[in-house]
Amino acid sequence: MPPIDSSPPAPDRGALAAFLAPTGRWRTVDIVTCAVLAVAFSIVFWAWNFVWAGIDPLFKFFPPLSAVIYGLWLIPAVLAPLIVRKAGAGIFTEGLAALMSLLLGSPYGITVIYQGLLQGLGGDLAFASGRYRRYGVPIAMLGGALAGFGGTMWDVLYWYPTFDLWAFKVPYVAIAMVSGAIVAGLGSKALVKAMQPTGVLDRFPAGRERARI
Amino acid sequence: MISVEFRGFAWRHAGRLASAVADVDLRIEPGERVLLLGPSGSGKSTLLAALAGLLTTDSGEQTGAVLLDGADAADQRGRVGILFQDPETQLVMARSGDDVAFGLENQAVPPAQIWPRVDQALETVGFPYGRERGTDALSGGEQQRLALAGVLARRPDLILLDEPTANLDPEGAKAIREGLRTALADTEATLIVVEHRVADILDLVDRVIALGPGGALAADGTPEAVFGEHGDSLAAQGVWVPGAPLPVRPSGDAGEVRLRGEGLTLAYPGADRSALDGVDLELRAGELLAVTGPNGSGKSTLALLAGGLEKPTAGRARVPGERTGLHRLPAKRLATHVGTVFQDPEHQFVTATVRDELAFAPRAAGWESERIEARVSELLERLRLDRLAGANPHTLSGGEARRLSVAGALAAAPGTLILDEPTFGQDRRTWGELVDLIADIRDDGTALMAVTHDRDFAAALAGRELALDQGKATEEATRC
Amino acid sequence: MLTLAPVCGPQAPIARVNPVAKLFAVAAISATALIAADWLTPLLLLAAIFAVVPFSGIRFGPLVKRLKWLWLAAATVVVVNTVFAAEQTGAILFSLGPLEISAGALTAGAALGLRVCVAATAGVLGFATTDPTDLADALTQQLRTSPRFTIGSLAALRMLPLLAAEWRQITTARRARGLEGGRNPVRRAKLFASTMFALLVGAMRRAGRLAAAMDARGFDSGIPRTRAREQRMSPPDWIIMVAAVAVCAIAVGLSAAYGVFRFLS
Ligand SMILES: Nc1ncnc2c1ncn2[C@@H]1O[C@H](COP(=O)(O)OP(=O)(O)OP(=O)(O)O)[C@@H](O)[C@H]1O
Ligand SMILES: Nc1ncnc2c1ncn2[C@@H]1O[C@H](COP(=O)(O)OP(=O)(O)OP(=O)(O)O)[C@@H](O)[C@H]1O
Ligand SMILES: [Mg+2]
Ligand SMILES: [Mg+2]
Repeated sequence: MPPIDSSPPAPDRGALAAFLAPTGRWRTVDIVTCAVLAVAFSIVFWAWNFVWAGIDPLFKFFPPLSAVIYGLWLIPAVLAPLIVRKAGAGIFTEGLAALMSLLLGSPYGITVIYQGLLQGLGGDLAFASGRYRRYGVPIAMLGGALAGFGGTMWDVLYWYPTFDLWAFKVPYVAIAMVSGAIVAGLGSKALVKAMQPTGVLDRFPAGRERARI
Repeated sequence: MISVEFRGFAWRHAGRLASAVADVDLRIEPGERVLLLGPSGSGKSTLLAALAGLLTTDSGEQTGAVLLDGADAADQRGRVGILFQDPETQLVMARSGDDVAFGLENQAVPPAQIWPRVDQALETVGFPYGRERGTDALSGGEQQRLALAGVLARRPDLILLDEPTANLDPEGAKAIREGLRTALADTEATLIVVEHRVADILDLVDRVIALGPGGALAADGTPEAVFGEHGDSLAAQGVWVPGAPLPVRPSGDAGEVRLRGEGLTLAYPGADRSALDGVDLELRAGELLAVTGPNGSGKSTLALLAGGLEKPTAGRARVPGERTGLHRLPAKRLATHVGTVFQDPEHQFVTATVRDELAFAPRAAGWESERIEARVSELLERLRLDRLAGANPHTLSGGEARRLSVAGALAAAPGTLILDEPTFGQDRRTWGELVDLIADIRDDGTALMAVTHDRDFAAALAGRELALDQGKATEEATRC
Repeated sequence: MLTLAPVCGPQAPIARVNPVAKLFAVAAISATALIAADWLTPLLLLAAIFAVVPFSGIRFGPLVKRLKWLWLAAATVVVVNTVFAAEQTGAILFSLGPLEISAGALTAGAALGLRVCVAATAGVLGFATTDPTDLADALTQQLRTSPRFTIGSLAALRMLPLLAAEWRQITTARRARGLEGGRNPVRRAKLFASTMFALLVGAMRRAGRLAAAMDARGFDSGIPRTRAREQRMSPPDWIIMVAAVAVCAIAVGLSAAYGVFRFLS
């Protein structure tokens, strides 16, 4: 039996550095790629609002179901870490996308930033739990689910605080997490795969495995 | 001043089997002014990127060495200034002055010196606006000048210019060359410039280096020596040797009218004047109409309206047999009447390989597979894209992408074809093939419209010319 | 259309406030609105915000245009939180079949709507009057954020109008080659997906080129950058920050004094 020591080992710099070692230093192309992805998604979200306006009424009969497409808003939180494989890529990208939509005039005011940071944090936590070494389907789906959790926690506290816990809040969060896992998690994996042959991932680890021509 | 040396240099882009350039051994002495020539796809842009230290190990595989003053180019970025082929993506900041200052800040120039140097650089290139001008409110030519100012302000020891005047109108190109001449007069920097149209730039350089396909050295020496001794063989390899005769394919008699534009007008939202103002045009079977005019005169806008891709503010474009304007037709139906090639080739591509891109239109037109196969192989070979059949269209060099986008529209041309700058960035040989291909489908009875700054192209093919200025037709003349 | 057009001229008093000071004021006010669950605190904050507008140099037309959507969102919050509230308390004001609206739920809903309104309005006032370049300068100089990340993001922001234009161009190019969604919703959604993919690939490609252009001009050279544009905190900036905190304290204090203040919901 090892001696019982109640204080956990202090995380020294060496341990943290070793933990983050696989991610390495952010190159300019990593920073700019995340930032441009954020910009591109702020446009996608904006365009999606028009498509969404046509589908929205379908969900009125069971409001929590509106969380089904929640995953679309979470893609940056998973896609960016999958591509650049750097610690903090989810928070940076999703937070910046939120800041961007604020500069564009988001109907949600400054709170989109908090919400964006929470979503990004969810995504990053998943990749951290894989010690920044695993970028497979399970981690991506976990990332989407946690991002959905972060985002909807904000929703139920800020937008829908008076709603019923079991009739609305719980199913809403759960559906958003499933949607995050599928749309943002699996969707981002599919996007990365589809991007591989286009050559835009050549400078990233995710693009290394493609066939040569 | 800096000396440049390639030692057994080869570079393979990630995702490619073949090297873009191989076995380059080259030395350029401090202060030399060099023109780098070579067929499209021979690796000129790749060599410049190597000198600028931008070919990092994560984007491909290098053998040999690139040395600047004996040190690895990757460690010498601060001493090199590069102007890329595409001006739009090299502007970094939102305001023109800030953009020039960006490079100086990175160089840790003391703040007090930054603005005087910015102003000086802007003046050298003849930038017509102040520092506050937004970089997204600039025309192509102005962007090019600003980017050049950004390069010059850093006072680099090595200046690299990649086709600095492609896509500029003759006036704009001259202005850029003037700015460059002024700047070069008071620096001793080494200069390497890539340009296909040799004649205009020759008085800026004292040495010409010609690459063959694959980056092998084809000729090297003073301009007189290179063009005097190797003129014919270089011309055969696709170099625009000054004075060499060009093919001409005069058009036969024009047939019936295939597309008619009546009072075409378009004002972009928020603009203070119409980009295009009441232009009439007629495209006839078996004839090519050349549309010319300075940058920003509305040529591309006319191409969009005539192609039924943009809704005109007034007027309309029609084809015989359709009662409504072209812009109202569903896309499928439109594609059976008119095809359009955009100014920016990258916007054109809808498939993932060069081969599919060429087969796309014939397939949509319902050709049977042997015929598609034959047509695709013919185009691949004539435009020298056969090596690249499996490549993604977006990884091509500037000239290759242009050829592919034109060829994709030529493959199964509908009755009318509209081409926006079909020949930019081409070497002499691919230019000749494009001219031939276009002449062939014209003589088969297709009606063509081509927006172009390329005088030679208009001279070789056009039956009539429509000149635009500030959105209005200034003259319509019959050629020949 | 997508623009970053500010709601005031560059010389307007509010445009000249240090962006970090504005950011702080906006954060303080919206944080206060977040922790207060009553109706009075946000109402007081809103009144304070509007008292500032006439002195800020903001043009009224563009401001209303931006605020229109935000207020619509706030109104929706009032409605859904009132109608779908878990418990209806107090006098019943309205009832129709299964639908019942009580005074208690309405007050709670209105308080939530006002809270959204405060955060949204403060956000517009703070951000729509800030030039992104100034914001980036202030972030690096006053808050000491990493210049590489901040300037990198700023450069990407310049892509916004370009990418928005690209969205249109991709659509046009598809039309030129005979691809169009038409009225069929499935085809539309499919085309939306493929356009989105094309945009993403285009964005990634631009990002690579932009990064190369930045590196070519010495962005990642490891030398500490100098700064061409100085942002500093002047006394008015400090006054604004102190005033924001004071307004928050007064709003909370007043509503507590009237006995309506509620902490969180
Ligand atoms: N990012 C890339 N990925 C893969 N292959 C590439 C990439 N960029 C260029 N290539 C290939 O490398 C070769 C050389 O390209 P490069 O751009 O250097 O040619 P170039 O001489 O500048 O041609 P052009 O005159 O048409 O601009 C071409 O065959 C091109 O297809
Ligand atoms: N999408 C747009 N929105 C606003 N203004 C535009 C847009 N596209 C073009 N313009 C403006 O319309 C005018 C005509 O543009 P157009 O692209 O037709 O010129 P062009 O003759 O093709 O020039 P170039 O030779 O540089 O290609 C220019 O002043 C340009 O700035
Ligand atoms: Mg090139
Ligand atoms: Mg044009």
